[in-house]
Amino acid sequence: MLFDKFQEMAGFQANLADREVKPFGAVTEQILSATTGIVEGKEVILAGTNNYLGLSYDERCIAAAETALRRWGTGTTGSRLANGSFAEHEALEREIADFYGLNHAIVFSTGFSATMGMCATLAGPGDTILLDADSHASIYAGVNLSGANILRFKHNNPDDLAKRLRRLGDDTKRTLIIAEGIYSMYGDIAPLQEIAAVKREYGGYLFLDEAHSMGCLGASGRGAAQAAGVEDDIDFYAGTFSKSLGSIGGFCVSRHAELEAIRFCIRAYIFTASSSPSVIASTREALRIIRAEPERQDKLWSNAHRLYDGLKALGLPVGPAASPVIAVEMADHSATIDCWKALFDGGVYVNLVVPPASPSTNYLLRNSVSAAHTTEQIDTIIRAYAALVDAGLAKTEQAA
Amino acid sequence: MTDYPDTLSFIYGAVEEANKNGVALEESTALVADIGLSSLEVMELIEKIEDHFDISIPLNILPDVNTIGDLAEKVQELNP
Repeated sequence: MLFDKFQEMAGFQANLADREVKPFGAVTEQILSATTGIVEGKEVILAGTNNYLGLSYDERCIAAAETALRRWGTGTTGSRLANGSFAEHEALEREIADFYGLNHAIVFSTGFSATMGMCATLAGPGDTILLDADSHASIYAGVNLSGANILRFKHNNPDDLAKRLRRLGDDTKRTLIIAEGIYSMYGDIAPLQEIAAVKREYGGYLFLDEAHSMGCLGASGRGAAQAAGVEDDIDFYAGTFSKSLGSIGGFCVSRHAELEAIRFCIRAYIFTASSSPSVIASTREALRIIRAEPERQDKLWSNAHRLYDGLKALGLPVGPAASPVIAVEMADHSATIDCWKALFDGGVYVNLVVPPASPSTNYLLRNSVSAAHTTEQIDTIIRAYAALVDAGLAKTEQAA
Repeated sequence: MTDYPDTLSFIYGAVEEANKNGVALEESTALVADIGLSSLEVMELIEKIEDHFDISIPLNILPDVNTIGDLAEKVQELNP
């Protein structure tokens, strides 16, 4: 039967409903601030929203959107290649290219369409794509459409990347290497100095998704490549406006002039309506704020270290280093759901992550930190996790 | 270049390590349907084969690989 393949998911959702847990699609009924809201009837600290710099509720961004809304209306009603290229879109493309110190940029309607569209288009039949095994679903979706030979290298493993590039020989001239700055689930940072060195030795083009690292890393917030000092080795950057910039949309920037021709070949860019001008206007303002207020990044990392250190001190299984994304990994699926519910009931909203979003068979309690979190809010989150440990719901690394 | 019987022999050995239920292995044995390999175990198997033969097996050929024999034939094609 056509619907048989959905029975497992239907059963999983029914189980969650029986347990009166709604981790997926919980409805936010009111936003109170960048870090608090009323979700499913309960006021909670938002610790799973990717709002790294707290700009989703910034008055300046809201004002910019309001002005654009009055000037341009609610939507473009068309593709960038038809009637949907407004002056706002072109201005943002100039500004995002300038932010990276490069000359070429494309703005997409979503971050997903930016990475998916670029990965589907840059490499084609006869080419090879070598992607990190833990790449985001949008990257996998894109490479699967590309028609290229698809190879994976072990997550964050430059030696494995080198081995696979060596096997390709001269074909590295037609190879696209794909990595991410900060990986979205565990929050770990790519070893870009080593990856760039491997690329220099064997060849290939390097595509870097900075979705979770733009605004969070680098002296001026460009991301992981800037922090690692390897920007000259990056051929294409992709990223999103829906994390640090607090709106929605995506981008690709490049030093390669060919990006201007590639633009006209990306189906995810051609066959979709462009972003509403008000969204673009708030994004432009957020980008200006990132450049003008680098102290936001300092606050983000201060909060990230505080939460990471607090969870680690509790003995919880977190990653090897502090990051704006901090995941608590658990093998007991049912216990993880109970933990998510207890956190929510305790006034803390985090993400419950299950396979295939989780890179392993384990479930994750994924926390994303914001510069807008107060120290008190971070401490409240830590206390909520301590309550899980005290109640025996979450196992510490020693007990696991 | 490796002879087909040698390729098959290596694959039997690699699959056996993940053959938790002791299924009798033949060329027609399905990796997922018969042996019950998870997607993670399939990827680990592919990696072992890649390293042994020093080849790269593209992910996009995997939908055509159901049985041990299918896999051995693909390895032969990639390792001429």
